[in-house]
Amino acid sequence: MHNPWIYILIMATVTYVIRVLPMILLRKPINNIFIKSFLYYVPYVTLAIMTFPAIIEACESSVAAYISLIVGIIAAYKKVSLIGVASICCLVVLFVESIVL
Amino acid sequence: MIKSNWKLIKEGLIDGVPIGLGYFAVAFSLGILATKANLTALQGFVASLLCNASAGEYAGFLVIISNASYLQMIIMTLVANMRYLLMSASLSQRCDKDLNIKHRLILSFYITDELFGITIARKGKLNPYYTYGAILPATLMWSLGTAIGIIAGEVLPTRIVSALSVALYGMFLAIIIPPCKEDKRILCLIITSFTLSFLGSYYLPYLKDLSNGTRTIILTIIIASIASIIWPRREDA
Repeated sequence: MHNPWIYILIMATVTYVIRVLPMILLRKPINNIFIKSFLYYVPYVTLAIMTFPAIIEACESSVAAYISLIVGIIAAYKKVSLIGVASICCLVVLFVESIVL
Repeated sequence: MIKSNWKLIKEGLIDGVPIGLGYFAVAFSLGILATKANLTALQGFVASLLCNASAGEYAGFLVIISNASYLQMIIMTLVANMRYLLMSASLSQRCDKDLNIKHRLILSFYITDELFGITIARKGKLNPYYTYGAILPATLMWSLGTAIGIIAGEVLPTRIVSALSVALYGMFLAIIIPPCKEDKRILCLIITSFTLSFLGSYYLPYLKDLSNGTRTIILTIIIASIASIIWPRREDA
C-alpha cells in the first residue's frame, strides 16, 4: 500500500507547478503550433475520456446513467450553467433509479 | 492596504459565492469517490484545499483507488491538469509587468476554470484583489464539500449516493460540450474520445487490461497528438 498523504502531496505539487510556471516564466506567447494545438486539445480529450464510460459505472443502474449522460449533454449544449448541468444529471439518476430499481 | 482594494475584495466575494455553491455540490460528489480510495475526511479536505482541481483530483483519486505508482500519479496529474497550463499562460499575458511575484504565486495557486473565467472576464489589467475575494468562498466550499462528501458518502442511502456521484461528470460535460457548437473539431474529438475510451475500457486488447489512469494518459496523448497534427491551430486559444 502507498501512503495516501504522499499521493496527496504529489497531486498538490504537480498541480501547482503546472499553474505557476507560465505565470512566472512566460514573458511572451507560445509560438510552436504543435505545442499550442496539443495544449488546446488535451483538456477536451481527457475530460471526455474520464466521463465515459466512467459515468456508467458510477451509478447503480446503467440505464439511469446513460439517460443522465444524454440529458447532461443536451443541457450543456444549451449552455446551462455548470451547477445546472451537474444538478440535472443528479436528478435524472434519482428519478430513473426510483423507477427501474 | 488601500481602500479600493477592499472594495475589489468585496466585489470578488459576491461573485465567488455562487461559484462556491456550485463547487460544494461537485466537491460532495468528489468526496463520494474519495471514500472508494479509502481517504479520510481530513485527507479529502487537505487534497481539495491544496489542489483546487476537479478533474485533477478525480484522476488522482482513481490512481489511489488502483494503488498505482507515485510516478503514475505524477503523469496522471500532469495530463488531467494540462488545461491550467494554458489558462496560466493566458493569465500571464494579462498581468502588469510589475505585478509582484507574491501576487503571481498566490493567483497561480487558484487557477480553476471558474476563477480564471471571472478574472479574465474583467476589463483591463488584472487586479489580484478582486480574484482574492472570489477565491475565499470558492476554496472553502470546495474543501468542505469534499470532506462532507466523504462523511456523508458512508452514511447516505446508496440511491442518493448513486445520484450525487454523477454531479462531477455533469461538471465535466458543462466544460467540454459548449465549445462544440462553435468548433466542429472539438465535437469530432469528443465523439472520438468517448468511442475509444469505451472500446478501450471493455474490448481493445492490451488497453482494457490497464488501469483507468494509464489508459486515460495513453489515449489522451495519442488522440490529442493526432488532432494537433491534422488540425493545427494557428489562432490563439
